Amino acid sequence: MEAKKLTTKERLQIPPVTMPQQDHRERIHNVNEVPIGYTAEMAATEAQRCLQCKNAPCIRGCPVEIDIPAFIGAILEGKYRESINKIKETNILPAVCGRVCPQEEQCQKTCVVGKSHKDVALAVQIGKLERYAADWEMEQGEAEVPVIKASTGKRVAVVGSGPAGLTVAADTRRAGHDVTIFEALHKPGGVLIYGIPEFRLPKRIVMREVKNLQKMGVTLRTNYVVGKLSTIDELFDEGFDAVFVATGAGLPLFMHIPGENLNGVYSANEYLTRANLMQAYSFPNTDTPIARAKNVAVFGGGNVAMDSARTALRLGAENVYLVYRRSKKEMPARVEEVEHAEEEGVQMLLLQNPMRLIGDQNGWVKEVECIKMELGEPDESGRRRPVAIKGSEFRIQADVVIVAIGNASNPLVPTTTPDIAVNKWGNIIAAEETLKTSKKGVFAGGDIVLGAATVILAMGQGRKAAQAINEYLATLVW
Amino acid sequence: MNKILEKEFITPLVFRMRVEAPEIAKKRKAGQFIILRTCDAGERIPLTIADANAEEGWIELVVQVVGKTTKQLSTLEPGQEICDLAGPLGKPTHIELFGTVVIVGGGIGIAPSHPIAQAMKKAGNQVISILGGRTKDLIIMEDKMRKTSDRVIITTDDGSYGMKGLVTDAIQKLVNEGVKIDLVVAIGPPVMMKFVSLLTKKYDIATLVSLNTIMVDGTGMCGACRVTVGDATKFVCVDGPEFDGHKVDFDEMMKRLRAYESDEKTSREMHESKHDCQYK
Repeated sequence: MEAKKLTTKERLQIPPVTMPQQDHRERIHNVNEVPIGYTAEMAATEAQRCLQCKNAPCIRGCPVEIDIPAFIGAILEGKYRESINKIKETNILPAVCGRVCPQEEQCQKTCVVGKSHKDVALAVQIGKLERYAADWEMEQGEAEVPVIKASTGKRVAVVGSGPAGLTVAADTRRAGHDVTIFEALHKPGGVLIYGIPEFRLPKRIVMREVKNLQKMGVTLRTNYVVGKLSTIDELFDEGFDAVFVATGAGLPLFMHIPGENLNGVYSANEYLTRANLMQAYSFPNTDTPIARAKNVAVFGGGNVAMDSARTALRLGAENVYLVYRRSKKEMPARVEEVEHAEEEGVQMLLLQNPMRLIGDQNGWVKEVECIKMELGEPDESGRRRPVAIKGSEFRIQADVVIVAIGNASNPLVPTTTPDIAVNKWGNIIAAEETLKTSKKGVFAGGDIVLGAATVILAMGQGRKAAQAINEYLATLVW
Repeated sequence: MNKILEKEFITPLVFRMRVEAPEIAKKRKAGQFIILRTCDAGERIPLTIADANAEEGWIELVVQVVGKTTKQLSTLEPGQEICDLAGPLGKPTHIELFGTVVIVGGGIGIAPSHPIAQAMKKAGNQVISILGGRTKDLIIMEDKMRKTSDRVIITTDDGSYGMKGLVTDAIQKLVNEGVKIDLVVAIGPPVMMKFVSLLTKKYDIATLVSLNTIMVDGTGMCGACRVTVGDATKFVCVDGPEFDGHKVDFDEMMKRLRAYESDEKTSREMHESKHDCQYK
């Protein structure tokens, strides 16, 4: 394909190419992916919008610094293999990131095209193009196994098979080390498999990435709970030379309001794990049930809350209320997730806060008592602090309540490894550039360090940690 | 992995299953449990490790057939493998020299009480075991419990074996005899643990109960197993499974155990009519 040489002015006049997506009325009856993906023509048109800026602020906006102009330029020239190889130099999970990264906060926020239009929604659709290249590669069949350096005889234990763990496994294996991933659940992927729903991230993508790692020679042990079956010290006794802890933000936060232990009240982790990992969508053809109710209330305003709300719709709910104590502007969820949720009919009850849950005589939740809020002065997060309006209590009907107000670090490894220092929130303390913890030979990254964050930030830490692990194993100097 | 070595029904509904699990056998301590799945479409369920042998590399589960998963598990034969099995989970029982420890096992609860009785005996305690069941045929593991206890009292609801009555009647008997009880460990149906705790509270006897709630991951990640203990919410899978019986809100726990009653019935009936699961 010959790339037409357009002027900057002409490029800036091309509107962003809309991503085709499933109709909102149909898609709540299935769990297939909502955004369907660009065609080759759409990708070429969108790629033309990129100005190929010399100083490329988009690269700085990316947590792993993908060479964005280069991969987009390759798409424009029809050189898709070159494009995906360029992305994979820094990001081993582009099919995942193209779908779940909050690009409007990262690469697309710094994009010059968006800035010149004074609207981030008009930036180059970098995420959609990344997804295009990644999906193209998946369609070609088996991925090429990257070059693995000669065996070093050193062994790396990766605890947790979420995005941070998978990244470290890939980068340390490439360096020639013997790598074993220990995963507590029966399927690998961490939050990619239990948290993010099928309609946002098809599981076949995650399974394919894990298979690629296994083809590289990485050993995967599922049903292995480090901290219980082996402690970290026992892993060293067994002959591992370095350990990377990537056990994630697997500790659900509850509101501690009356009625939270009524039947039908779920943490988002439980609700999503039943639906996604345990395939409760297909009950009774699968064995794990999930409560299906006409009226569902979800507490929270992040991606997990959106995922929970949209899952509830797909499980047959007629009314799904998202109760959030701040306004839409303060919602931390990806813009696209909020849009999709609204299109599908999730009712946003903003500036409202749950006070207590009321149940029936069988112990099932029936109603949520809420209070209206107004925004006062900003708090430490920079967001305006919500303040209750006295006397404004009201009730909503809900037979299922999902608490999606956040997750803290899973305490299993920290509590069984007392010489790994943690901060007051239970997150492992890790050096910024090397991800070293206070325990010799132990590195950590992802949500266990950052608190509940994103896939790409976990991968960014994984990248740095792998580099530091490779350096450490070369010299064994801590 | 997880090959079944032996399987034997010890009552019409209760079976003993020995599984090859050398790593878990080496690591497990009394009071801990495993989580398993019987097939790829299967749910995750917790089962206490009733016994284990580190040298021979096996663990033993004693299971009552209740729903689809336990029914499916009961049909697996030696040589077949269990799809997924993870452990040891939960905090081990705190074992020390208490003095006189009364182990109360109700029905299927006798199985998990066995390793605790063994560990308490090994630590030098005087172990009195109370085994309760509805009728003679439902009293399990009597020989094993006799081997590890200084005294065994058996109670049956219908009086067909041992003394007629409930396990609480046996505890009352010990109190009436003037036995100085330092600790009671009670494992069995929630209503049994509730009434044992109410009784021991009257006499100010320290009581531990082992809770068996619904679980999904078993590693503290989801909160399905949460119970109210005192004025705190605890997760049975990581904070337990043992708690102070005087502080557990048993009524709430019993309500939560029934959350999926109708779904469980659906699964059972479907399995009975189809027998369609694939085993490895």
